[in-house]
Amino acid sequence: MPRLALTSNYATAYAVKMCDVDVIPVYPITPQTTIAEKLSEFVANGELNAEIIHVESEHSALSACVGAAAAGARVFTATCSQGLMLAYELLPIMSGLRLPVVMAVPCRALSAPISIHGDYIDLMVARDAGWIILISSCAQEVFDNVIQAYRIAEHRDVLLPVMVAYDGFLMSHTIEPVEVPDDENIVREFVPKKREWLYLDVDKPVTMGPLAGPDWYYEIRFQQVPAMRNAYRVVKEVAEEFYKKFGRRYDTIELYRAEDAEYLMIGYGAVWGFIQEAVDRLREKGISIGGMRIRLLRPLPVEDIANALKNRKGFIVIDKCLITGMPVGPVFSDIVTALKLSNVDTPGISAVHGVGQRTMYIRDFVDLAEKCIEMFKSGKIPKESIYLGLRA
Amino acid sequence: MTMLPKWYEIPLGGALTEPGSTRKVKTGEWRTFRPVIDQDKCIRCRICWAYCPEGAIVEVDKEHVTSKGVKYPVTYEIDYYYCKGCGICAEECPVKAITLVREYEK
Repeated sequence: MPRLALTSNYATAYAVKMCDVDVIPVYPITPQTTIAEKLSEFVANGELNAEIIHVESEHSALSACVGAAAAGARVFTATCSQGLMLAYELLPIMSGLRLPVVMAVPCRALSAPISIHGDYIDLMVARDAGWIILISSCAQEVFDNVIQAYRIAEHRDVLLPVMVAYDGFLMSHTIEPVEVPDDENIVREFVPKKREWLYLDVDKPVTMGPLAGPDWYYEIRFQQVPAMRNAYRVVKEVAEEFYKKFGRRYDTIELYRAEDAEYLMIGYGAVWGFIQEAVDRLREKGISIGGMRIRLLRPLPVEDIANALKNRKGFIVIDKCLITGMPVGPVFSDIVTALKLSNVDTPGISAVHGVGQRTMYIRDFVDLAEKCIEMFKSGKIPKESIYLGLRA
Repeated sequence: MTMLPKWYEIPLGGALTEPGSTRKVKTGEWRTFRPVIDQDKCIRCRICWAYCPEGAIVEVDKEHVTSKGVKYPVTYEIDYYYCKGCGICAEECPVKAITLVREYEK
């Protein structure tokens, strides 16, 4: 399989092209813009037979996605940060209408103060909109996740939209080698267009999105609960099939040197590279530590997280965003919930790093781990996040 | 409530797969005040029929002779299945033939 030098944004565009997407309503926003540019190029060159809808805002882009998916098209869009906030209204509408749209989110900080740089606050704010969320940690995985996302979204037991998230700039604008199949039919065989969702058809008319009063809303909303349960199963099944076809294996979480590790350092997105390197350096010092990353954020893989963390002496979660009001990071909260539900009482420490793309050094992770292990040993667990890289 | 479908019996996302669903909605349950037509006072001007936003005033081919001996070929009745009790008919009636009676009171 040939290897191309691609940014994660271009990897997204290549995957979208290979999935033979029909409609792409999109509005440019840094750091997403190069996805829209590359896809426009593919369409202009005749390499992709799709309709690009130039809209006046992200709200319109997502609205056009609703319409196109409701008409039965395979739809792609991409946005982040302020664009994602503007489009927010459409997020629960998409999941509520059960439309299998795939959206790439190269995550970026939120204003104010205005920042164009990488940070996961936009994704964390959009977590509860009923979308499946896959977080990628390298350009190859971005390519692979977009392809798998269509299989997951369009699966008849799921029918929910999927966000494929990754780090703005740190991934969206850095070039990595990516294996891209020569023949796009290989990808198209993997994601056949079955169109198993309810769509608008003049020969079989339906009304989508009617008003639901108090005696209807709850049941219709509840339908998403089993769909999310199924999504967990389907994410694993699709990953297994993907492995058989393309030889790259994915799961809901990923572990690194964790078999015998007393402690685990946990992250998501590009931080994974830092964690692995830090784990190697800590292992050289004789410290029993491993790494873990969250690939599937929604539905939260509760059992997998609990199984990975039980019988450990402690875990550290690095959240790449700063959300106030809760004393700990958002993914730390999720992990604690997963553990509590599973009766696992491994102690954890929340850390925040890379906020607004504050530079992260591998030594920060090494120092953090050493400091946290001392805390675990002494039993003095902080009740608030440790803020790394802050001038304080 | 027992007659309403369970969550797995409803099309995904609450889509309506059969036309005419709004006809089944008993908007009459929303009513606080019930309009009642005094057939003796009614002059068959049709103003209530024209103003009713729900089309809940029905012209019935039923002859009516008032106590003063005036004979009308039709009667106007209210379809209480759909009448929401907005009171527009009573407001517009030029002869005050429609009164609003509180529901659940005789």
